[in-house]
Amino acid sequence: MALLKDSPLALRYAGITVVVGGLGALFFAIANGLGQQPVTAQDFVDLQQGASPHLGFRRAHAKGFCVAGEFVANGELSSFSSAGIFQNGATPFLGRISTAGNNPTAPDLAAPVRSLALSFGSGSTRWQTAMNTPPVMPVRTPADFHKQIVALSPDPETGERDPARIGAFFAEHPETQAFLTWQASYSPTGSFATERYHSINAFYLIDANGNRQAVRWAAVPVDSATSDPAALDTDNPDVLIHEFMARLEHGPVEFNFNFTLANADDDPADPTLLWGEGHQQVSAGTLIIHEAYMASNEAGRNCDALNFDPLILPKGMAATQDQILRARSAAYAESYRRRARENAFNQRTEAQP
Amino acid sequence: MSQSLATSTHYTRAARIMHWAMAFLLLSLLFAGLSMVQSLAPWHLTLLGLHKSFGVIALIGVVIRLVIRLRNPAPALPASVPAWQQRIARVSHILLYAAMFAMPITGYLMQNAAGRPIVFFDLFVLPALLPISLPLYGILRELHGLIALGFILLILVHIGAALHHGWVKRDGVLNSMTGKE
Repeated sequence: MALLKDSPLALRYAGITVVVGGLGALFFAIANGLGQQPVTAQDFVDLQQGASPHLGFRRAHAKGFCVAGEFVANGELSSFSSAGIFQNGATPFLGRISTAGNNPTAPDLAAPVRSLALSFGSGSTRWQTAMNTPPVMPVRTPADFHKQIVALSPDPETGERDPARIGAFFAEHPETQAFLTWQASYSPTGSFATERYHSINAFYLIDANGNRQAVRWAAVPVDSATSDPAALDTDNPDVLIHEFMARLEHGPVEFNFNFTLANADDDPADPTLLWGEGHQQVSAGTLIIHEAYMASNEAGRNCDALNFDPLILPKGMAATQDQILRARSAAYAESYRRRARENAFNQRTEAQP
Repeated sequence: MSQSLATSTHYTRAARIMHWAMAFLLLSLLFAGLSMVQSLAPWHLTLLGLHKSFGVIALIGVVIRLVIRLRNPAPALPASVPAWQQRIARVSHILLYAAMFAMPITGYLMQNAAGRPIVFFDLFVLPALLPISLPLYGILRELHGLIALGFILLILVHIGAALHHGWVKRDGVLNSMTGKE
């Protein structure tokens, strides 16, 4: 510094240029991806939304509706987690039932994946979970997930999926085996109320002494009898939504909230392996859905405003090092930012269903 | 009040400590913010938590700084600095303070509007001052980003001007904050 201060004038100006220009260049580079992994949150959401995004809507699971209800805990998990929600008693929730895809008006029956997202409590007791019909992820990392979506996307010219490209992807990724086995055995039911919804990723339950137990959970339907898909009107794009609304008029929709405990040899950071037989199951209580709202309804906008980030966890729970789980937060936030901006500045492209 | 200050050529020790500590803190927060909104890496969650907690500290810090600044006015610029430059210096300092307040306030409120709790270093949750609202989040989130951009540009101008005083004009203005005689 002192040296520069006594140097020729040109050198001193050069010094200022280097400092200010260098810092400016560093800001610019970091804002444009310096130090990032090959796939960023923006890349991911760009891919999900496709070439003509549905402005104002979630970039994934665009189509859905809101539900409200309560979780009645039986206290069975209270020895594993200090979170208030697992103590004996009821906690209200706001939720959203949705189908996968970026199109808010896509036919319900065309979606390969159905989802149940829930948001409990507020402040330090807030807990959110976004559950899907598959019990496992096909891959372990966001970069591989990105590759998978690219491989499964229809060719922009022909509009058809390329079986060779899909086959090549799965051949290169043997970790997809558990997912493919599930997929082959799965057939969608005729109701959102009769699906099983899985946390997919594992989380830790933490007790009052700080002991951690890795778990996954699932909402398992209490009523699986009356859901024959053949009885549905396949010409109605909203047939599953209408079915759910009609069902609620006869009484609440209930799910058992079942937790699967990891064994010592399970890797909680690997979402591609099934925790099947030989795993202890604990039922934490019952999820009871009392009400459902269309998004065009005022009450329905309440859950529309939520980002069901599964990394919002209460005290007594924590995220595992699962790379897919960790990536969900940033990707959800990017989708949330885009649709919030579009809603704030009236850029919504179409009406809610 | 004016007697001692008219002759003071340096910021007070408290003002200097706060300036350099916050310079380090705010640059870190800006870099962290720019980086974390893009990252799908496992450290995202940790950095997000730190960004929020240190953002709260930055808000407390700027309140302390403002109190120090109001109680101890800045040393006068040398007479060699033309009046128009003195005015620009004054306006840029006001804008820097405005940005230092606006960054954590928009950050805090946008988390409220999104319904996301602000957990201060895993210790306690700060109260939400706004209801959950998608359009409100949309506006606050964009403001947080735009103000950050303006703040970065101001910081670059500020550093450039400070170094110009220190290395080219050598008029003691840079020393007023570094503490050198």
